[in-house]
Amino acid sequence: MNLISFFDAIIQYSFLQKALVTSVMVGIICGVIGCFIILRGISLMGDAISHAVLPGVAVSYMFGINIFYGAVFTGLLTAIGIGYISQNSRIKHDTSIGIMFSAAFALGIILITIMQSSADLYHILFGNVLAVPVAEMWMTFIVGVIVLTTVFLFYKELLVTTFDPTIAATFGLPNKLIHYMLMILLTMTTVASLQTVGIILVVAMLITPAATAYLLTNKLWVMIMLSSGFGVTSSIVGVYYSYTYNLSSGSTIVLVATILFFIAFFFSPKQGILWKSIRARKHRSQLANN
Amino acid sequence: MTAINVKGLYVSYFGNEAINNISFQTNTGTILGIIGPNGAGKSTLLKSLLSLIPTDRGVIEYYGKPVKETRNKIAYVPQRSDIDWDFPITVLDTVVIGTYPKLGLFKRPKQKDREWAYHCLEKVGMSDFGKRQIGELSGGQQQRVFLARALAQETEMLFLDEPFVGIDASSEQTIITILRELRNLGKTIVIVHHDLNKAASYFDEILLINKELVSYGKAQDVLKPNNITKAYSGQLSFLKELGVNLS
Repeated sequence: MNLISFFDAIIQYSFLQKALVTSVMVGIICGVIGCFIILRGISLMGDAISHAVLPGVAVSYMFGINIFYGAVFTGLLTAIGIGYISQNSRIKHDTSIGIMFSAAFALGIILITIMQSSADLYHILFGNVLAVPVAEMWMTFIVGVIVLTTVFLFYKELLVTTFDPTIAATFGLPNKLIHYMLMILLTMTTVASLQTVGIILVVAMLITPAATAYLLTNKLWVMIMLSSGFGVTSSIVGVYYSYTYNLSSGSTIVLVATILFFIAFFFSPKQGILWKSIRARKHRSQLANN
Repeated sequence: MTAINVKGLYVSYFGNEAINNISFQTNTGTILGIIGPNGAGKSTLLKSLLSLIPTDRGVIEYYGKPVKETRNKIAYVPQRSDIDWDFPITVLDTVVIGTYPKLGLFKRPKQKDREWAYHCLEKVGMSDFGKRQIGELSGGQQQRVFLARALAQETEMLFLDEPFVGIDASSEQTIITILRELRNLGKTIVIVHHDLNKAASYFDEILLINKELVSYGKAQDVLKPNNITKAYSGQLSFLKELGVNLS
């Protein structure tokens, strides 16, 4: 049995333990931040920031500093650039996102190629959770603590600025500051997810579990819990398939998350396609019988 | 007692003048209607009064103090269209948001805040709908819920932007009844309203504007034909050009 040998391997190999712990943490963090990303309608922004991290990662390797600083710097710089262009011209927000993030990504690819050092472009782009070093595991843990604490402390403010920014402004809440705070958390989350799912697929970890949860509840805190639950489930099952069949971890994790999404899409009690059509049919037949 | 004092207010959008030298003073215990034709700058005026948009010149004071110090004295009911109706939030939790400013940073709403929110829902006749998702309501019900949220803020002043647009007659009646009760308790209510119907019966005072102040005073004094013609003249001549017969 594959499953039994997988459990044996977990007990035996520390690299697999680290892989599981890291990906479970990534599942939680992405699940939580993802809820705010999709509710604010900035999924594309999530994709943009995750790509914009690349030049920062490259420069950090170049100077031998923690990739964290470089990544947060270029991620945030891109977020500010996107806002600046769309606010000061007729260019629409999604166009501005397209311009800025592809530029940052292109720059990143060139920088990484020039360096040709320890940084493996393939692993940064697609993730390789089975090779996660202890230091990165701890970094993911620290990012997780920061993200979860921030969301916990500012839950009220995040809720009202996401749901009704106008009312938030009349309360005297700084909408812009909170937006950029979220962008910082998003960049940190992306960096933490580099090893697990990689830059290209991190957006899926951000939005797919959150979107799945969105179909299942009418309460924000329940959505956050469910979303991180789906993130964790995807991570564990994804790592299992990645290990057992020697597949890229990012891809397996994202596909599991997608399968969960479609289960909710068809079978969600309130929003699911299946129950909706059954309810509609029942209603019609009742009308016919009367 | 003077609740709202506006002196020489100018507001513009990208260099286009939207509000031009508007001044007025309103006492507490008044329902003030801001009325004018489309594009007269009614919503802009309301938003600048809330300091949601920057002003170019002029003074805005509440109870003799600038807006920044009096934010917690004003509750705002925005136009209904401004919101994501699919947001995962229940009707009761929407009203609980009204208690946030009092709680301040890091504090969570407690049982007593939820009970207060429920009480405010009862006032607008929506307590049976507390567990519904906000998008499952009709237009009038949604507007009542947002009024409940404003009530939950327990403020001295209430600003409403087009509260009667697209809602049913009974919701309109509920809302105006509550606003009158609040007025009788000494609160100051400001309502942006686009048509002249019912203006005389709904409002104590009217601020008739068309970018500039056309007339301000007691409702029946403002609603004189010459004032109306002045405020709506642009639209009247436009209609005449189209060949619409106004008599």
